[in-house]
Amino acid sequence: MEEAVAVTDRIVEKHDADREALVEILREINEESGHLTRDQLARVAELVGLPLSKVYSVATFYSLISVKKLGKHVIRFCQDAPCHVQGGQEVWDALEQELGIPFGATTLDGEWSLLTTSCIGACAVGPVMMVDDDIYGNLTPERARDIIARYRQADATTDTAQGEQA
Amino acid sequence: MIRSSILISGDPLSLSRGAEETKLAIEAELSFYGLEDEVQVGYTGRANRTDVLPLVIVHPEGTVYGPVSPEDGAEIVEEHLYKGRVVEHLQAPPEVAEAEVDTLEVEGEPLYGQKRVVLKRAGTIDPYSIDDYIAYDGYFALGRALTEMEPGEVLKTVQDSGLQGRGGAGFPTGLKWSFVAQQPETTRYIVCNADESEPGTFKDRLIVEGDPHAVLEGMALAGYAVEASEGWIYIRGEYAMARDILNQAITRAEEMNLLGDNILGSDFSFHIHVHAGAGAYVCGEETALLNSLEGDRGMPRIRPPCPTVRGFRGMPTVVNNVETLANVPPIIINGADWFRAIGTERSPGTKVYTMLGDVNITGLVETPMGTTLREIIDIYGGGMKDGKAFKAAQTGGSSGTIIPADLLDVPMDFASMREKGAGLGSGALLICDEDTDIVDLAYVLVRFFKTESCGKCTPCRVGTAQMLEALDRLRKGMARRADLERLEEIATYVQSSSFCGLGQAAPVPILTGLRYFRDEFESRLRE
Repeated sequence: MEEAVAVTDRIVEKHDADREALVEILREINEESGHLTRDQLARVAELVGLPLSKVYSVATFYSLISVKKLGKHVIRFCQDAPCHVQGGQEVWDALEQELGIPFGATTLDGEWSLLTTSCIGACAVGPVMMVDDDIYGNLTPERARDIIARYRQADATTDTAQGEQA
Repeated sequence: MIRSSILISGDPLSLSRGAEETKLAIEAELSFYGLEDEVQVGYTGRANRTDVLPLVIVHPEGTVYGPVSPEDGAEIVEEHLYKGRVVEHLQAPPEVAEAEVDTLEVEGEPLYGQKRVVLKRAGTIDPYSIDDYIAYDGYFALGRALTEMEPGEVLKTVQDSGLQGRGGAGFPTGLKWSFVAQQPETTRYIVCNADESEPGTFKDRLIVEGDPHAVLEGMALAGYAVEASEGWIYIRGEYAMARDILNQAITRAEEMNLLGDNILGSDFSFHIHVHAGAGAYVCGEETALLNSLEGDRGMPRIRPPCPTVRGFRGMPTVVNNVETLANVPPIIINGADWFRAIGTERSPGTKVYTMLGDVNITGLVETPMGTTLREIIDIYGGGMKDGKAFKAAQTGGSSGTIIPADLLDVPMDFASMREKGAGLGSGALLICDEDTDIVDLAYVLVRFFKTESCGKCTPCRVGTAQMLEALDRLRKGMARRADLERLEEIATYVQSSSFCGLGQAAPVPILTGLRYFRDEFESRLRE
C-alpha cells in the first residue's frame, strides 16, 4: 500500500501545489487515506507554502475532511427534515442500537464510525445514508440492520480468504 | 379525408379544468354534424399560460381558443368547423395564440403537461454525449451570439427576458450581469454555484447529471455578455458523479472548440474549471463560496462590496445558480418575448421544484412560474398520500418557510410568495400531512442550522444552539410560557443580527411556525 506521505505528494503535485486548490487537495487525500494525519497536514503545508495552522483550520472546517481516525466503515446518516419526516428517527435509533454507539462515535474495534450528514440530495428516496461511498435509500430499521450485516459478512469473507492465503 | 385537426391542451392542469369533458363534447358535436371522419381530435401537451386553459387549437388555420368549456367546444364545432366562421368571442388573447402556435406539436403518451425549458433534454439525451446535446439545439445559442450578436445584445436579451436567479433570492440575472459589465477591471469571472445543499433540493444535481452542456453553454454566454474569459463551477463535494460528468463535458466541448481559445473561430475565449467543495452548507452563500474557491475556510465575507464588484480573486464576478444558467441558452435562441410569455409577469419562465413528503409521487417537476401549490400537489404529486389532509408545506429547503393550507392557492412566483411572507427559495417543497408534528419539524430544521453554522458571528453560532435547546425542551413538554416568549425573542434577534443568509434564515422555521401554528406550540407548554 502506498505510504501516506506518497499519497500526499502525489495529490499535491496533481494540483501544482496550488493554494487555491487546498480544499480539493485535502478532500482527495482524505478520500484515499480515510483521514489526515498530523504528518500529512504538515506535508501539505510545506508543499503548498502555508503555515500548518492555516491548513489545519481549513481541514477542520469541512465535513468530508477528518483529522481524526475514523472506523473502517463510515456511516453518514442524513439528519435533515425530508428524511426525518419519512421515518428517519426510527432508523437513527436502530443504527445506534445495532452498533452500540451514539452518533459521532467510533466502535471500540475500529470497524464502524456513525456520523450524521447534511442533505445529500437523494431526498426522494429518504431516509438515506451513505456507507463509505455508497448511498442507500428508502431505509427502515430492518433494512439498515441488513445493510450493516452485509458489510460484516463481506468483511468476514475477505478476512477468511486472507487468512487462508497466509 | 382529414381536412382539419383540433388539438386540446391535455396537460394535467387543463385536464383538471375539464379538458377531457371539452374533448368529449367536441367529439360528440363532430359526429352530430357527420364530421368525425374529416376532423381529427387529439391532445397537445403544451401550455404557456395557465389562465386560459384548456386551450383548443384548430388547424390548419391555427386558431387558438381558450379557455374552452364543453359548451364552448360544441359552439366551436358548429360555427368554425361546420359553418366555417371563427368564433371570435372564444379566441384566446393574441399573445397566447402566437406563443402556442409556434410550439405546437402533438405529444405522445403520457401527457404530462410540464413546461420543460430547463429539463427539456434531461432524461432524453445521453449526458456523456456532446453530439446528443448538439442535436437538440445545443451550442446553437452560443454560435448565434458569437456570430450575430454583440456582448451588449446578449446582456440586453437576458435583461429583457426578466430572468431571475433560481438559487433562491430571485435577483434579476441581467441586472447582476450589467453590474459586472460596468466595472473598470477587465479581468472578470463567471462562477456557477452548484453547491446545492439546501435540504430537500436536488434539482441542480439532476440538471448537471442530465444536461451538463446546458450549464456550460449558459456560462459561456454569461462570459461573452460581461466579457469574462474564465469560469468556475463550484460543486459540492458529495456530488461525485455530477463532478465527473462536468469534467468530461468540458473536455468534449474543448475538443470541438465550443469552449477554450477562440471559440468557433471568433475572438472570444472562455475556459471553465470545476472545483469541488468538501462538505459545508454555508458555501452555498456566494461570498463563502468564493472563499472556499480560493482554498480557504468557507466563511462569508462582509458586503458591500458585493461579488459583482469584488468577487473571486478580488475581481468583478458573476455568481449564478445552475438552473439560472441553464435558462440562458433557450432565452438566446427563442428571445426575451418568448420567455416572458411563460410564467407570470413579475416572474417569467418556469421553476423546477423537488417535491417530497406525504404525496403520492415525489420527484422533480418543472412548471411555469405562478402555478399554485395546490395544483402541484394535486396534479404532479398525485394528491396527498393515503388520502390524508394537507397540513403544511415547507418551501425552499431549511431556510424556507412553513406555510399553512391558507396559502395553497397563492400563485408561486418570487414576488407573490414574498408578499405572503413565504419564500420560493431553492424550489424544495416538503409536503406534510395532518399527522405532522410542527414543533418537531421546527426542531429538525433548526438542528440543521446549528450543525451548519460556520461560527463566524455570535448571533448565529450561539443563537442556533439556544433556539435548538429551547425547542428540545418544548417538544419534550418541559418548557413554560416564558421559555416560548424567550424563544421568539431570540429568533427575532438571530434573524435581524446574523452576518449572512444562513443565520438570517435559521429562525424562519420558528417564526413562520409560530405565525401559522402558534396553538400547536402553546399546546406543548408545561402548565
